[in-house]
Amino acid sequence: MSLDPDLKAAIAVTRFGLGARPGELGAARADAAAYLKAQITPTGAEQPPGSFASSATRITDLRVFQQDRRQARQQQAAADGAAPADMDPVKMAQKMLRDDAAGEFIARAALGATTDASFRERWALFWFNHFTVGQKNLETALLAGPFEREAIRPHVFGRFEDMLVASSTHPGMLLYLDQAQSIGPNSQLAAMAKTGFVPGLKNLGGLNENLAREIMELHTLGVGSGYTQADVTEFARAITGWSIVGLNERRFGAGAGGGAPGEFTFRALAHEPGSRTILGKTYPAGGIEQGRAVLHDLAASRATAHHIAVKLARHFVADDPPPTLVAKLEQSYSASGGRLDQVARTLVDAPEAWAPDQRKFKTPYEFLISSYRSIGLAPGLEITPVLNELGQRPFSAPSPKGWSEDASDWASADGVVKRLSWAEAFSARNAPPSEPPLQLAENTLGARLNANTQTAINRAESRSEAFSILLMSPEFQRR
Amino acid sequence: MTRSLDLSRRGALAAAAGFGLSITFLGRQAFAASEGDMAKRKLVVVICRGAMDGLSVAPPIGDANYQRLRGEIAIAPFGQPNGALQLDETFGLHPRLETVHTLALAGQARIAPAIATPDRARSHFEAQDVLESGMEVVYGANSGWLNRAMGALATTRRVTAMSVGPQAPLILRGPVEAASWSPGGYKDRDPRLPQILTDLYAGDPLLSPALASGLQTQAMAAVATAGMTTAAPPAAMNAAGQPPAADQAAAVQRYAQQANQQAADAARKLGTTLAHFMTEPNGPQIAAVSIDGFDTHANQGAAEGQLATRLRGLDAALDGLSTGLGPEWTNTVVVVATEFGRTARINGTKGTDHGTASTALVLGGGLKKGGIIGDWPTLADARLFENRDTAPTVDMRALFKGVLAEQMGVDRRALDATVFPNSAGVAPLTGIV
Repeated sequence: MSLDPDLKAAIAVTRFGLGARPGELGAARADAAAYLKAQITPTGAEQPPGSFASSATRITDLRVFQQDRRQARQQQAAADGAAPADMDPVKMAQKMLRDDAAGEFIARAALGATTDASFRERWALFWFNHFTVGQKNLETALLAGPFEREAIRPHVFGRFEDMLVASSTHPGMLLYLDQAQSIGPNSQLAAMAKTGFVPGLKNLGGLNENLAREIMELHTLGVGSGYTQADVTEFARAITGWSIVGLNERRFGAGAGGGAPGEFTFRALAHEPGSRTILGKTYPAGGIEQGRAVLHDLAASRATAHHIAVKLARHFVADDPPPTLVAKLEQSYSASGGRLDQVARTLVDAPEAWAPDQRKFKTPYEFLISSYRSIGLAPGLEITPVLNELGQRPFSAPSPKGWSEDASDWASADGVVKRLSWAEAFSARNAPPSEPPLQLAENTLGARLNANTQTAINRAESRSEAFSILLMSPEFQRR
Repeated sequence: MTRSLDLSRRGALAAAAGFGLSITFLGRQAFAASEGDMAKRKLVVVICRGAMDGLSVAPPIGDANYQRLRGEIAIAPFGQPNGALQLDETFGLHPRLETVHTLALAGQARIAPAIATPDRARSHFEAQDVLESGMEVVYGANSGWLNRAMGALATTRRVTAMSVGPQAPLILRGPVEAASWSPGGYKDRDPRLPQILTDLYAGDPLLSPALASGLQTQAMAAVATAGMTTAAPPAAMNAAGQPPAADQAAAVQRYAQQANQQAADAARKLGTTLAHFMTEPNGPQIAAVSIDGFDTHANQGAAEGQLATRLRGLDAALDGLSTGLGPEWTNTVVVVATEFGRTARINGTKGTDHGTASTALVLGGGLKKGGIIGDWPTLADARLFENRDTAPTVDMRALFKGVLAEQMGVDRRALDATVFPNSAGVAPLTGIV
């Protein structure tokens, strides 16, 4: 491949990575591919700086909060009147819970804006979006961050199967996709409920297919790859009992599956007995191992290799990616047994991934992070309202499918004008005071800076205007 | 208070000289200081970014070549509808600079019509850097001359400063701490950006239609929320789902007009608020203000239009400031400067390109009466700098040094060596305050 080294450095840093920080293009220039491969580390992606509560702690805190709230409401009712909103202990407690989660998001954004290994960070962001946990209610709002920290980041360069198991057994996912309360129809628990002798088991509910379906459709095989509704239902039965310690203790019995409150547990009482047949293969009864065996086969499936290859190629290269690139990634995944470090290396080695034309439009998060990176700044709480405005509320993907990859979803009329408004305000505050604006543009976009943008920046009448032009240039909006 | 040198105070002057005050300016400064007046002295520097067109700010109506060179963007002669506001036989002021004109007639505003920094590169950033750093060469310092002037004054009295705007400008950056304030609720909208991006996105199948449609919607929304009845009906989309080109242009224009009107309203409020800050007991005596939007390469306009709107904003800010200062206006000097001027001739897109000398304004309740500051080189072809620009006759540093000396009492040695390094050869302009 005979790409100009400057262009290669620019592609490495802006397409594979999250955008150039000051001096980064120079660091990548000697060997752009090696620069990226050095970021593929077996320990996975680093954690956002700071100490944030684990998912188990968050769940426990939430349970305590909910009990307190119930009591407080009763007392308030007895006292005939509610406390003013800003003094309401319930609201204050809820705010404390939310603030911790909000701070976690800012720490993650700061990591993205400051890391020297932004290919690794983008890779981690891709996998979090692949296994989306988003805010549906207070509970899931508090668990998206811990899910990413606990289930995703440690595994991003390991075996896909390990990440799949970590995701599918994480309390965040179990709550987000309603798995925690899924009960086998013929489980012991269901039988107990039928007797009517256990008052807590009224309205017990039954099988919930949500997680099983999304694992097949979104996390592994991909929609249209040949599985049937029967496969989904059988898989849902196989993972009944995958739940969380402390959830509905009155129904399940305290500590039924072992483990500390808020952690994953297997509730044998809720598990559907018997063998399961999924995609033509029979899985004998085996408790938690039954579901794990299904996950193992799903991870090893050719359909999964293809699905993941397509998604990676779409994320990194083009909404409509070159089939040859997809084939290479798929082959790498299958040949390595789903080793994601190998797949990442294959991506870096593929000439298709270095095609000079920019076919990816940045999501709002990517746009903001790359803007902060360009001037070596870390974002703070101010980015939350901006992301809300731009349509990418923190940890709140609209569906289990995650945030859209499609340019047309982000380059909307409203979206572009809002990006412009933000860029103006950001530039007014942060345009570097003494660096020549064209030099900033060159340090940010390198060989990707095109002549029209250069001219417009040169003609700008203020540093702030020049910086706005850089941020809003077609080549900065894309990657 | 008398402004003449009081000979009986010579003894005090000699003593003051020991503190480094140069004899050239010592008389009045020391006198004023002894009267407790210096502490009240105020200086506001307004930087008009983008290269403000001096020939429109103070059009040389009496110059034989002005109308010919400027064509349709020339300001009409005195006495005509929308004509220049007369100052003397040659010069007038732009018709939108009504406050400045009123002040000038009262001897409280003067023009320097052919002034420039030492920089000749015609680059906004380089020239702004030189204008604000006070250095001879570009990127020569990371501090501004106004900050270093405060450093020089710090040995004699407490001086505080404030910059207005979201970002501290270079002119006030440096070792001496300066406050900064940004008007709340003021949207930092740049009226030029929609057009710049519309041009930059031309041919971009994704961004071009999105921006056009977004700007149109936003303009309509702004009109609607303002309760105006002149809103155009929503434009029909063409077959490609894009607003017709004429509507796109209109949308860009409406966006700019609204941004400009907001800016003018905000500018007056900004001036008033700054005045209130400066009249508070421990308020700043020095302030730096930036106004953007003067880079008029195309469709500059004459009595109305792009530049006129910016000048209306500038005038509004000066009105707010001078009115808001009340009696303190007599203790205040305002200097309005830009990084360079614009070409003497109108260009092919009804605008003007980067030039050299421009016009600076000096305003204040205590100015000495006088004509224009510096010589007028005229616009005769042979007198144009490099056959295109108003030729500079005054070094911007001379004006700044003169104002710092006469108004604020900065001594000559500091002016020559630290405030404007290596500028001993540039004598301060005196007789202004």
